[in-house]
Amino acid sequence: MEKAVIFAGFGGQGILLAGKILARAGMNRGLEVTWLPSYGPEMRGGTANCTVVVADSPIGSPVVDNPEALVAMNAPSLDRFEGRVAAGGVIVVNSSLVKRAVKRHDVRAVPVPANDIAAELGNPRVLNMVALGALVRGLDVLPLEAVEEAMEEELRGRGRDKLIELNRRALRRGFSEAEKYLA
Amino acid sequence: MSRVLMRGNEAIAEAAIRSGLKCYFCYPITPQGELVEYMARELPKRGGVFLQAESEVAAINMVYGAAAAGVRAMTSSSSPGISLKQEGISYIAMARLPCVIVNMMRGGPGLGNIAPAQGDYFQATKGGGHGDYHLIVLAPSTVPEAAELVRLAFELSDRYRVPAMILADGMIGQMMEPVELPEPVEPEDIPERPWAVTGAKGRPKNVITSFDLEPEGLKEMSLALQETYREIERNEVRWEEVETEDAELLIVAYGTMGRIAKTVVRLARQEGIKVGLLRPITLWPFPYEPVRELAERVRTVLTVELSAGQMWEDVRLAVEGRAETPFYGELGGVVPSPKRILEEVRKYVG
Repeated sequence: MEKAVIFAGFGGQGILLAGKILARAGMNRGLEVTWLPSYGPEMRGGTANCTVVVADSPIGSPVVDNPEALVAMNAPSLDRFEGRVAAGGVIVVNSSLVKRAVKRHDVRAVPVPANDIAAELGNPRVLNMVALGALVRGLDVLPLEAVEEAMEEELRGRGRDKLIELNRRALRRGFSEAEKYLA
Repeated sequence: MSRVLMRGNEAIAEAAIRSGLKCYFCYPITPQGELVEYMARELPKRGGVFLQAESEVAAINMVYGAAAAGVRAMTSSSSPGISLKQEGISYIAMARLPCVIVNMMRGGPGLGNIAPAQGDYFQATKGGGHGDYHLIVLAPSTVPEAAELVRLAFELSDRYRVPAMILADGMIGQMMEPVELPEPVEPEDIPERPWAVTGAKGRPKNVITSFDLEPEGLKEMSLALQETYREIERNEVRWEEVETEDAELLIVAYGTMGRIAKTVVRLARQEGIKVGLLRPITLWPFPYEPVRELAERVRTVLTVELSAGQMWEDVRLAVEGRAETPFYGELGGVVPSPKRILEEVRKYVG
């Protein structure tokens, strides 16, 4: 098993952290992982993406032609990466910001209004966890609990403890949103 | 031992501290900023000295001084910054001082950009600064290997009194992977330095110098240095082979390209193309013999590099016409995907 995910969106949407939490969850469950960020001279509001590979054997290339999943948090990200997703793969689209549908018919589209759900949960910044929850359902290689644990490790003890429960709710909400399209 | 998710830059810094690093001098540059930050935060807490110098030239000369005083010393930078350090590195090489230099290469020449590139191969392996000298050059292809090779760099540098370089790029520096960090060394594990300038009270004075104005004297120093290089060439060549047993085409690639090439080998074999990989781990000393032996058995030796063909020269010196030796390289910080490299492979098989 080797699966790759591209997370892409605006800088500030928590793309890199969402990818890191997935990678940490994989590592904690004994898998091999790579987390490769785009690290160009970007600023908040610019574009950001990262590629996460999760595998049960050593990973060669962290650069991936055709990922099994894409998380597109804004329209430019969907435009840029839609064509590269492997046939049969999953595209999680932040439908709060992306107004068009996924064009591909050989992938499973999961539109999730991440901004709206995050606002509803009380903090617009947890949109990345909503999207990650949906991705975890779509990717189907790690249980949601593993990702919740990794999120807790990532936030605990860094002045963000009080955000753990909120982020957990966001992950679960994203997971169940995806269920509507993938069940 | 538990695994930690770390960036390459952080893993290198932590491995250096666990290897008994006492002095780290730097001048910041992307894409190795996290290494500097990590050192600034951690090294002083753990009994070492972190100093951000006024320039790269100052930083390497501080390394020269600290190494002469007998402690494990290190600096890090990226391509243009490493160019600025070359004079000091040449002095350190001739003064026979151990130290570790990290180069997280970026696109070049000139200011270039901060994307992954391998254009500093000549500079790293053929001397770099002025005069007849070499560095021991280690090229990690993963984050855990970077941590491992930092430990090895300190050990080899101490054993031979030759500076060692970790040559990687922004991809290795920026990406995260699970790492098993090396155990911290005990002070008694670090070789004694009877040559160090530590104060000569009660013993004959030690002299650390990179020069002798008398040609015969300088010749002696140079010959001793060359003798050490021959010894390193005999003892320290390191490389990895993947699926070379029945290979018809051999890829030679190092660092970032070495790991991407592993995926190429897998993809090619799924199509029934017999591809193998030789990944040099020491770029100097270069694995000439292993490449030569494999060249006897394959039809094609394809060098894949993020440069215009630098390691390619060493590959051709090793192959010496035993096989065809095509080259595929990318420039400017462009990193080819496994499929792109597979297209190159297909040109030479079938």
